[in-house]
Amino acid sequence: MSALVYTRYELLRTIRNRRFFILSFGFPLIIYVLVASSTRHVQDIDGSGLSAPLYFMIGWASFGTMNAMVSCGARIAAERQAGWTRQLRISPLSTRAYFRAKILTAYMMALISLLVLYLAGISEGVSLSASGWLEMTGLMIVGLIPFAGLGVTLGHIFTPDSIGPAIGGGISLLSLLGGTFFPLGHNGFLPEVAQYLPSYWLVQAAHAGVGAGGWPAKGWIVVGAWTVVMGLLAARAYRRDTGRV
Amino acid sequence: MIGAAADAQARGGSDIELSGLVKSFHGPDGPIRAVRGVDVRIAAGETVALLGPNGAGKSTTIDMLLGLLAPDAGSVSIFGRPPSEAIAQGAIGAMLQTGELIRDLSVRELVAMMASLYPAPFEVDEVLELTGVAEIAAQRTQKLSGGQTQRVRCAVALVSNPELLVLDEPTVAMDVEGRRAFWTTMREFAARGKTILFATHYLEEADMYADRAVLMAHGRIVADGPTNEIKAMVGARTIRATLPGVASEELARLPGVSGVERRGEAAVLHCADSDAAIRALLAAYPDARDIEIAAAGLEEAFLELTADDPAGERRARAAAGLGL
Repeated sequence: MSALVYTRYELLRTIRNRRFFILSFGFPLIIYVLVASSTRHVQDIDGSGLSAPLYFMIGWASFGTMNAMVSCGARIAAERQAGWTRQLRISPLSTRAYFRAKILTAYMMALISLLVLYLAGISEGVSLSASGWLEMTGLMIVGLIPFAGLGVTLGHIFTPDSIGPAIGGGISLLSLLGGTFFPLGHNGFLPEVAQYLPSYWLVQAAHAGVGAGGWPAKGWIVVGAWTVVMGLLAARAYRRDTGRV
Repeated sequence: MIGAAADAQARGGSDIELSGLVKSFHGPDGPIRAVRGVDVRIAAGETVALLGPNGAGKSTTIDMLLGLLAPDAGSVSIFGRPPSEAIAQGAIGAMLQTGELIRDLSVRELVAMMASLYPAPFEVDEVLELTGVAEIAAQRTQKLSGGQTQRVRCAVALVSNPELLVLDEPTVAMDVEGRRAFWTTMREFAARGKTILFATHYLEEADMYADRAVLMAHGRIVADGPTNEIKAMVGARTIRATLPGVASEELARLPGVSGVERRGEAAVLHCADSDAAIRALLAAYPDARDIEIAAAGLEEAFLELTADDPAGERRARAAAGLGL
């Protein structure tokens, strides 16, 4: 059975959740506008080759998209608690189709988040070539892959009550250590640790997309490793959860 | 009219077989043996009541039937296939004992979404009409009352147009009117040749709506047969009266009486036919006073049927406390 209709309703449901919408898209937008409007004049931030509005647009877009991806876990946790997951297990909807719908929806939310930040960026004076926008978007989509697995894993471990802080705190920490909010500098502990985080490489992916940095093999390795580990954890969390019922 | 069901020839086997099912859980005082060897065969088209008090193992058995729980031993075969296959093919529709609806969809959207998963679903609007939720079809699911939510869950189970419909205590949260409407719907459904299995602890429900009752207690099947026979077995009543000076043997000879207990001046008569017994009693002993006639109740009847298992009974009550 094609799960197209199911996926369409999944998308519809998610968009209709007004509170989620406002929080996940509104928060990074507001902070970005505040930060960018006060640093409009900065042409090159910390030697990165990017203007401040562009740098922060990438940073807050990364934050917003990471949150959007991992928030699929909040929906999974809610469905588990409601007993809806059990109801689906006795329907023809396959496990694969279920997660495909969840991840597709997560990416849709991430793309909306990107769009919101892009529009804000343009209004703050960010100007890129068409290929610049497209490459940045494409590379970020790749950089977001491990966060899908993270969301699914968290969704099977936490309850709806505790997953909010878990996602918020987790993503904020990853963002901070990954250099999403501000440049990490070149020496010391932070830049060392950042190299191993998917959040760092998400930001780097965007930078590479706009031509302000390279994308070394290390990027692929770290993102790939996190994807594999997150995928395995997600599968394990799912099996454990359904074995218990 | 509701559309025709899928082709029966496409399925191999037409029975549902539970063989030797065993399931235990880890409890605070050691293992809880919720199901201890269940063997049932249900033929296509039957309406079967799985009857038993709370803690009997009904829900656990149903979970194993649906493939939600892996049995410790034994097997389940639905129309000749394992549960997962039958489910993937859309042959089963189920209304579980508990469950909430996901939010941010209207009732119609939710039912349509679930219908889309099945090969030959009923028309959504017809099912909404049938389950009495047509008026609230545009309401968001999070705004429904408890009774309305139950009806929507029923609609979700029905719209799948399954060959086997499984219901776990479906009317527990329903009011009288809801219950009546529910069973009218089920009767129509059964009339199309579908197989229905429902778990209940209400003897009256089993009596009124099932052809056959399978009695469960303490994780085992204690009786299995036509509902009226089962009813006679557990539908006993007791007559309690103060009858000083009358010998038990005399009372035991009254028509409809199956056993006599003396409690001081009072006598408790266990009756298979309390109507015959009370008439005979009053005719023979017009001085009888403080007469009480009470239904024995499923719990007590099961105690009789399954004597000699005090430890198991304790465990079963503990399991009932855990909601098993």
